[in-house]
Amino acid sequence: MSNKLATLKFEQLKAIKWRDVLISTLMPVIGVLAFILLWHTAAPNINTSLGDFPQPKQVFEQWGNLVDEYNTEQDRADAFYERQEKRNAELLAQDPAAKIDEREFNGRPTFFDKIETSLVTVLSGFFVASVIAIPVGILIGLSQPLYNAINPLIQLFKPVSPLAWLPLVTIVVSAVYVSDSPMFSKSYIISLLTVSLCSLWPTMINTAVGVAGVSKDLINVSRVLRLGWFTHVMKIVLPSAIPMMFTGLRISLGIAWMVLIAAEMLSQNPGLGKFVWDEFQNGSSDSLSRICLAILVIGLIGFLLDRIILILQTYINWDKSAVVR
Amino acid sequence: MSQIHLELTKVGIEFPTPKGPFCALRDVDLKIKKGEFVSLIGHSGCGKSTVLNIVAGLYQATTGGVVLNGREVNEPGPERAVVFQNHSLLPWLTAYENVELGVKRVFKGKKTKAEMREWIEHNLELVHMTHAIHKRPDELSGGMKQRVGIARALAMEPQVLLMDEPFGALDALTRAHLQDSLMEIQNDLGNTVIMITHDVDEAVLLSDRIVMMTNGPAATVGEILDVPLARPRNRLELADNAEYNHYRSAVLRFLYEKQKKIESIDAKRAEKQLDKSEPEKTKSVA
Ligand SMILES: Nc1ncnc2c1ncn2[C@@H]1O[C@H](COP(=O)(O)OP(=O)(O)O)[C@@H](O)[C@H]1O
Ligand SMILES: [Mg+2]
Repeated sequence: MSNKLATLKFEQLKAIKWRDVLISTLMPVIGVLAFILLWHTAAPNINTSLGDFPQPKQVFEQWGNLVDEYNTEQDRADAFYERQEKRNAELLAQDPAAKIDEREFNGRPTFFDKIETSLVTVLSGFFVASVIAIPVGILIGLSQPLYNAINPLIQLFKPVSPLAWLPLVTIVVSAVYVSDSPMFSKSYIISLLTVSLCSLWPTMINTAVGVAGVSKDLINVSRVLRLGWFTHVMKIVLPSAIPMMFTGLRISLGIAWMVLIAAEMLSQNPGLGKFVWDEFQNGSSDSLSRICLAILVIGLIGFLLDRIILILQTYINWDKSAVVR
Repeated sequence: MSQIHLELTKVGIEFPTPKGPFCALRDVDLKIKKGEFVSLIGHSGCGKSTVLNIVAGLYQATTGGVVLNGREVNEPGPERAVVFQNHSLLPWLTAYENVELGVKRVFKGKKTKAEMREWIEHNLELVHMTHAIHKRPDELSGGMKQRVGIARALAMEPQVLLMDEPFGALDALTRAHLQDSLMEIQNDLGNTVIMITHDVDEAVLLSDRIVMMTNGPAATVGEILDVPLARPRNRLELADNAEYNHYRSAVLRFLYEKQKKIESIDAKRAEKQLDKSEPEKTKSVA
């Protein structure tokens, strides 16, 4: 009897579990499949100057092409270095004191090189933004007068589009950043600064709100202990502001990634933005598929960046019970 | 021994509110001897926390003042440690680290690192928290958090321990445990304690004196009851003790006869009528 009851309970449990599994894993799959189906059927009906809108299959084929391109480029690089080494060895054999040159292979950046460039640019722009936004956010969160002084500027510059910043940044960088052997290319610096200018604000505002919102009780604890300013900030203010700070950082990184693509298009930084722009200018029969592919990759990378911040947040946040989405 | 240690003289406070200044306390006089355990009891909202916050230095009295050992109190300090009603532990620090924060502040340069560690552990042992020393507040029950809060305060070796309804949010059993612990600790250490409570039994069991406050606004000390019951006190034995019951009913009589709260509905009605009549007054003035 009790055995029967146990199995019954087990069955019930299993049934509940299955429903959860269905909802949490099957539904996303169904959603994606429905989208692909819709795309597949709708695409042939859209006739563009470059032929029909590409179907999922064609876009996926471009992935193969881009991988092939990458492999060819890799082979060419290997061959180049082999030749160079051989030549140098011969030179050295003739004359041990010969001046040999070691040059870098200067191939065309492939799709994957462009992804790398974009990632490096967005992360450096995001880093610069955070290094400015977090300390400023802490200061204006701690001091109401300072907040009142800076808030109008935040409100003024926050809604400015990257496309408006870019010409200004370009001209200023061209004027200020002059060097015979620049360590970074101008397009990199321009994209980076534009990304920083646009992604600064959410981190700044959220940090300030987090800092200003420290619970009154904890402030009283700090007052009773008569903690010094630095200890107060490090032990009480910063930890309680961390959840808000991460909310800001997540929004900032999302904005940074969006802004970057636009900035790269216009500044010709050799990243994904330029890839899309070049394909648009190119106008070959493959272009549409490649742009579609780039969009999917951009979306996927944006998603992964968000996940990384989320993981960092769960790792750093003291409140392990907090639900992060 | 019987010198006055802490003295409140004509303490009054007004809070600025949108409707004009609100006088929460007026002419609160209280003299407390060293090592004394004093309870503040009164209806909720009468101004008990405000008194405690003034002694702690978190609020500034508008009139009168507080003198501790001959010195006026006008800012918070670790010699007047506070056990907050809602524990107020830092959620990102373990029990040990929470106590450490205060210990480091008070004993920096006076104790070595090893001595500090020993002292922190000793204080957590006093409140029976040795088993959960490295747990964070969210892993602790309400009673345990309150114990850590008490350990944090005790570890600062305060001259006065201020407790704002320290056991208010706990279930009866946990509360009884903590009351016993507190009595034991106070017996051993001889701290001066001011404790706010709304629990009559708690007040009589723990206190040397019970300060009963009148209802606000402009609340003040209504009566003071001496509780010269012998220590150590045992709650079970006292339950049938005539003297104990006498004190208990004295407090109850004060709260429910002399300071009987007006029915809240009546109060609200009265307030509404006041509000209605007020604009007319201002009109006539204008
Ligand atoms: N910071 C404040 N500003 C305005 N009014 C306050 C403030 N703190 C307390 N009060 C008022 O003072 C009165 C006493 O409050 P409190 O001391 O918290 O009461 P108790 O602790 O006895 O319940 C209440 O009417 C409350 O509304
Ligand atoms: Mg209170």
